[in-house]
Amino acid sequence: MEKNVKKSDDSIVMRIVRNQMFIPLLALAVLFIFNLIADPSFFKIMATTNNAGNSVLTGNPITILDMGSELAILAIGMTLVTSASGGQDISVGAAVAIAGSVILRVLRGGSTVPVIFAFLLGCVVAALFGAFNGVLVAYFKIQPMIATLILYTAGRSIAAWINNNELPVIIDPKFTYYGGTIPGVPIPTPFFIAVICIIIIGLVLKFTNLRLYTQAVGVNENSSRLNGLNPAFIKVLSFVILGLCVAVVGLIKVSRLSTINYSVVAKDIEMDAILAVALGGNALSGGKFNMASSILGAYVIQFLTTTLYAFKVEAAALPAYKAVVVIVLVVISAPTVRDWFSSLSKKLKVKEVA
Amino acid sequence: MSNNKSNTSGGFMDKLNNLTDTNLLLTITIVVFFLMYIAAMIFQGGAFLKGQSFLNILNSNSTLIILACGLSLVMITGGIDISVGGVTALISMCCAVYLDLKGGNIFVSILVALAIGLAFGAVQGFLVAYLDIQPFIITLAGMFFARGMTTIVHSEPFNVAHEAFNELKNTRIIVPGLGSVNRRGDYIDAYVEIGVIVAIIVVILMFCMFRWTKLGRSFYAVGGNQQSALMLGINVKRTRFLSHLICGLLAGIGGYVYFLHVGSGSPSHATAMEMDAIASSIIGGTMLTGGVGNIIGTFFGVLSLGTIQAIVASAGLGEAWWTGITRAAMLCLFLVIQSLIMARKKKA
Repeated sequence: MEKNVKKSDDSIVMRIVRNQMFIPLLALAVLFIFNLIADPSFFKIMATTNNAGNSVLTGNPITILDMGSELAILAIGMTLVTSASGGQDISVGAAVAIAGSVILRVLRGGSTVPVIFAFLLGCVVAALFGAFNGVLVAYFKIQPMIATLILYTAGRSIAAWINNNELPVIIDPKFTYYGGTIPGVPIPTPFFIAVICIIIIGLVLKFTNLRLYTQAVGVNENSSRLNGLNPAFIKVLSFVILGLCVAVVGLIKVSRLSTINYSVVAKDIEMDAILAVALGGNALSGGKFNMASSILGAYVIQFLTTTLYAFKVEAAALPAYKAVVVIVLVVISAPTVRDWFSSLSKKLKVKEVA
Repeated sequence: MSNNKSNTSGGFMDKLNNLTDTNLLLTITIVVFFLMYIAAMIFQGGAFLKGQSFLNILNSNSTLIILACGLSLVMITGGIDISVGGVTALISMCCAVYLDLKGGNIFVSILVALAIGLAFGAVQGFLVAYLDIQPFIITLAGMFFARGMTTIVHSEPFNVAHEAFNELKNTRIIVPGLGSVNRRGDYIDAYVEIGVIVAIIVVILMFCMFRWTKLGRSFYAVGGNQQSALMLGINVKRTRFLSHLICGLLAGIGGYVYFLHVGSGSPSHATAMEMDAIASSIIGGTMLTGGVGNIIGTFFGVLSLGTIQAIVASAGLGEAWWTGITRAAMLCLFLVIQSLIMARKKKA
């Protein structure tokens, strides 16, 4: 009797702990409490007027929503790539530079081409580069991180080459809407763009077999082929979807500045995107994934970044702190360590029973 | 030709197959390098005909040779290490701060460099080998940690003003027979820096280790197939740990050689050097799947990348992006060749 009670009690706790959302939510709670204790003014939101004369909200929580949205969009694609190929794409930062450069190339010189056209062209180019990565991974069987190393090396050079190494500036104030705010709406637009992307991917995952097929390929490529799937195509598809996500982020990035800096734009964003997927509790070796968890992970990463900034940590020193978080995360989730923990808890239980 | 060889041999088929792959890839690398250099001599003429311009490729790439040796080792064992560039920057900064601001001596600064390299190698090796975590993630974290720490140690770039160090930095070793006569008719000796000597010693030592020691062979065995290596009685975990440890040590040596070459500390030092090191290993015929590779190939891989850079510079393609694009194209080409070789092997 006593044993039974204990078992059910155990399983509730375990069910919460086992839930994928547990890790990002725990991290969120830790960061939240930490900031609340260290400096409650961290959460202050103010209504101010920006340069264009619109009233907008500012403050750290808004910054997190704003910048975290870019990361969330990338995390969507990165989750699919991770799941299908069992590796990560490290070229997203360089690809964002390419997409942004294409968009600026179309719009520069005060041309009358609508932004949507430039954006669609950016999507096509980014999807093509995604397909290039995907083909190397799926058909030439090169490890994803190495295959994307090619674009990582060349991407920013290609971006500079597209615009002849010039830095075109877009004067049209309407162009800043995508990365800034729309007049009359106090919340930054990237948040809404992220919401749209999340809704689209949610619908796709709900009404198509994308989730099932991607996971099947990630769990076991051979058996998914025997079941009539085309693993190579699904891998390429995941990279193409990541390419589309990259194009969206590219638009946001160039819209923020109305111009581009090839060597700095979206620098190290690949690290944050991979981190978001890992923090979301998804196995970096592929297989099952939880999209909501990844997206939450992205906002938590931005929360961490903003917290570090609030503590006056230099931008260049940020990676050192994030690296510690990564190492702690992967060590906790390593199978060997998990086995060790479970054997430890079993020993404790045995002692209790005794 | 290599195909025939492997077909006629019986029992050691797999081993021979691997060896012939190594030789095939090595041959491709060396041929590509010589073709490129000869093409440069013909079309660019002038500078490339001088012995010194070849030695300059060595002078500016000595660090890369050492780092690429470490990466080849890790990749042959089936892993990867992308922290070496960051570690190089961290070592330069730490040594620069120690020598310049603290006025330390050179011998201790070398020890500092080796200690930092070994520490990174040991921690990463432990996490990869004993906790079985993907090496890419661990060393990615290592790279970001090293980069961040560099900024934390000192955030501004600065030159080292330390007499004994600058003397060492400017030491030039004259290479007989490669000098050239300048316009006024004076004979100018060709020279290499100390780093080049260190790099060549490292290449020779690594080559001997891979060829003739039990440890060297066990790296190939673990990289080729961990299960069969385990059954052969090789301590797989220890071997993987040692590969990362030695790579860390080489990053320490490479870091100091880099510091000796530039004589300054800066957070932006050695940017993307890990990618260059991986690229030269791949171009040199090291297979990412492990078990295949050759230090001599790696050496020529570095020289190929250096030659591309020299060609781009002397062709007056001022646009910096050409280096990035040609390097990536070359990397892509060699990756595809490797993948085709793998496909051929599976069919055979």
